[in-house]
Amino acid sequence: MSSPLGELIRENLPALQVILPMIMAPVCVLVRHRTVAWFLAVAVTWTTFAISLALLQIVRAHGLISYAMGGWEAPWGIELRIEPVNAFVLLIVSGISAVVLSAARRSFEEEIPRDRLYLLYAAFLLCETGLLGMAGAGDAFNVFVFLEISSLATYAMIAMGPHRRALTSAFRYLVMGTVGGTFILFGIGLLYMVTGTLNIEDLHHRLQAIDADRTVLVALVCVLIGTSIKLALLPLGAWLPNAYTFAPSAVTAFLAATATKVAFYVMARFVYRIFGADLAFERFHIDSVLMPLALIAMFLGAALAIFERDVKRLLAYSSLSQIGYMVLGLSLASVTGLTGGIVHLFNHALMKSGLFLVMACAAYRIGSTRLSALRGLGKRMPITAATFVAGGLAMIGVPLTAGFVSKWYLVKGALENDLWPVALLVLLSSLLAVIYVWKVVEVFYFQEPPEEAGRQEAPWSMLLPTMFLIGASLYFGIFTDGTVGIAEWSARELLGGAP
Amino acid sequence: METIVSNFLGLYNYWAVVVLMMMGLYVLTAERNLVKKVIGLNIFQMSVIMFYISMAKIKDGTAPIIVDGARDTVYSNPLPHVLMLTAIVVGIGTTALALALVVRIHEEFGTIEEDEIQEQEGRG
Amino acid sequence: MKHNEILRVSGKSLIPFIMMFGLYVQFHGDYGPGGGFQAGVIFAAGVVLYTLIFGLRRARRVFSPRTMEAWICAGVLLYGSVGLLSMLKGGAFLDYNVLAHDPVHGQHWGILWVELGVGITVTAVMITLFFLFAGRGLRGPSRLDHED
Repeated sequence: MSSPLGELIRENLPALQVILPMIMAPVCVLVRHRTVAWFLAVAVTWTTFAISLALLQIVRAHGLISYAMGGWEAPWGIELRIEPVNAFVLLIVSGISAVVLSAARRSFEEEIPRDRLYLLYAAFLLCETGLLGMAGAGDAFNVFVFLEISSLATYAMIAMGPHRRALTSAFRYLVMGTVGGTFILFGIGLLYMVTGTLNIEDLHHRLQAIDADRTVLVALVCVLIGTSIKLALLPLGAWLPNAYTFAPSAVTAFLAATATKVAFYVMARFVYRIFGADLAFERFHIDSVLMPLALIAMFLGAALAIFERDVKRLLAYSSLSQIGYMVLGLSLASVTGLTGGIVHLFNHALMKSGLFLVMACAAYRIGSTRLSALRGLGKRMPITAATFVAGGLAMIGVPLTAGFVSKWYLVKGALENDLWPVALLVLLSSLLAVIYVWKVVEVFYFQEPPEEAGRQEAPWSMLLPTMFLIGASLYFGIFTDGTVGIAEWSARELLGGAP
Repeated sequence: METIVSNFLGLYNYWAVVVLMMMGLYVLTAERNLVKKVIGLNIFQMSVIMFYISMAKIKDGTAPIIVDGARDTVYSNPLPHVLMLTAIVVGIGTTALALALVVRIHEEFGTIEEDEIQEQEGRG
Repeated sequence: MKHNEILRVSGKSLIPFIMMFGLYVQFHGDYGPGGGFQAGVIFAAGVVLYTLIFGLRRARRVFSPRTMEAWICAGVLLYGSVGLLSMLKGGAFLDYNVLAHDPVHGQHWGILWVELGVGITVTAVMITLFFLFAGRGLRGPSRLDHED
């Protein structure tokens, strides 16, 4: 990268990451052709993935990158700030969007009226812009703006689902999501009122010196409520099952792996980087609220999944349960616990999007994801079914899968804090995961397929990305150094306060 | 007594904001009609916008436009206004999308009353 | 409502001024109060008033949905390309200083073009939204059309 253009691109990587999908979205609308739009969108998502890889390398080598939008320096200007943690989140978001979108073309063409597909691709790119921006933004207000950009695109994408209930699910999600966003906005307003700044680093410094206890507490509560809604922590996550069930299959795979994860990152960032662990945990004891909620979410989500008859919705409930693990990691407020939370964010993104893509394959061939329709899938779509089993094992947390690694760190973190009942509960809730995964496996392999059904495997264009994601979640279960290394480093950064 | 009075009267803008906010939340949750839900959502968002705007007002402050010769003028804080311009645009986007969804729901279900929609959903 | 003379005459005389005011707010936005958001909404309000008086069909002949979709995209692209241009000239994204020979002119040009992009998009979005809702008559064609 010695040429002037290379240097130019290198300097502007943080901005390009967010801007490229934003610029390509209207181009997708202008071309009005579904295949061309898909091709452009895939090209852009892979480019953002390459950029985020480059950013991660730069951050690892040289420390954080601060990019001043419009040349106005922080804390006055708008800053994009790439640190270890969000470089990791950016990598997940862009990687999952690239893989899912590559797999999505056939599935979309099956489920959505073809003349409106180009709009879906535009919305997909806008959603990616919002999520990348949320992760990259260096000031609190822009977190809100990007959050709303991604949310609006998400509502529109869910509403395009094939069933008419997609509309009501999207509407309910819109109402809940907007309330969440507005709570976050209110919290940011209170913070601005007591500190007079919006820049995240600046906020952190000034908050330590301020003694306006009650205002800061209300701000913290508002932000926690808002982010809990967006990351779907029970009881505020009730919008999630329907939204995931009725959205187009590939959109679900994308959202499950990115939207809630970025919201989790925003929560972690507000708690640790703005308020700081001292303020949030020592003074306001948010762990006494977050930890019980996380435990309830773990169990309630898994228990509801057991009784579900539609696999897509079963996976959605399981997401609620897995989000509980992440929040548990956050509420432990120790390096090990937080490492567990961040590793689980990565691993869960891989396996859940993989599993939802499996369901996209099944929906593509069979037209339904209800258990009764998927009888004998092991015979009808052997590769698809086998992929599901592998992903299911990872989700339970069997050793040598990714799920095991993150639960290992959570249990270890709980034990370090002398919370052995919590460690026990993590293990118990994994048993619940065994039940609901087994329930699906039983239907796939031990029930006879309907007689008229022949063998009809999903197209390779969908299978390969699916197998790639599930394969990755197995790979990162065996070779853990990369993910755990980055996660631990990120956790230290988060806990360490301002560098 | 004095503190109570100053708490209520001195901070009246925040009281108004909180009252509006709760009204919005109540309408949002209690109303069964989807359009009224959207109105509740709007009231809720508007309360936060009012909060930012009233926060920016400085006593005797004027519009922050620099005029030649006026050196020691007190200006109101323009930043929250700018932020709220963005928030209003976000609000318009949300409202428009919500109303578009309501129109589509009406076309598909033939009603915008939540009870009746749920009844139809229960039937599949 | 075309047959109501008061509406028609007063509307006809108001609409040009509304649109002119929109343009004023648009192009005054770099030095004084104003800008693309407000200008776009004001300009679109003129179109909405025209539609209310003369009917959806006539308004759509000028502002067809396809064209509006293109304008929405064009505005965003204009905004984005100003940002990219400033990058190519060696500044950060949307760094107006590098756009012209000196920072003051750079800021001037940058704001003008960016706000134009915003204004175009907002106008087109507002008109599209209004047409979408007005065009979806719950029973048969829109009520705004019945007198045409």
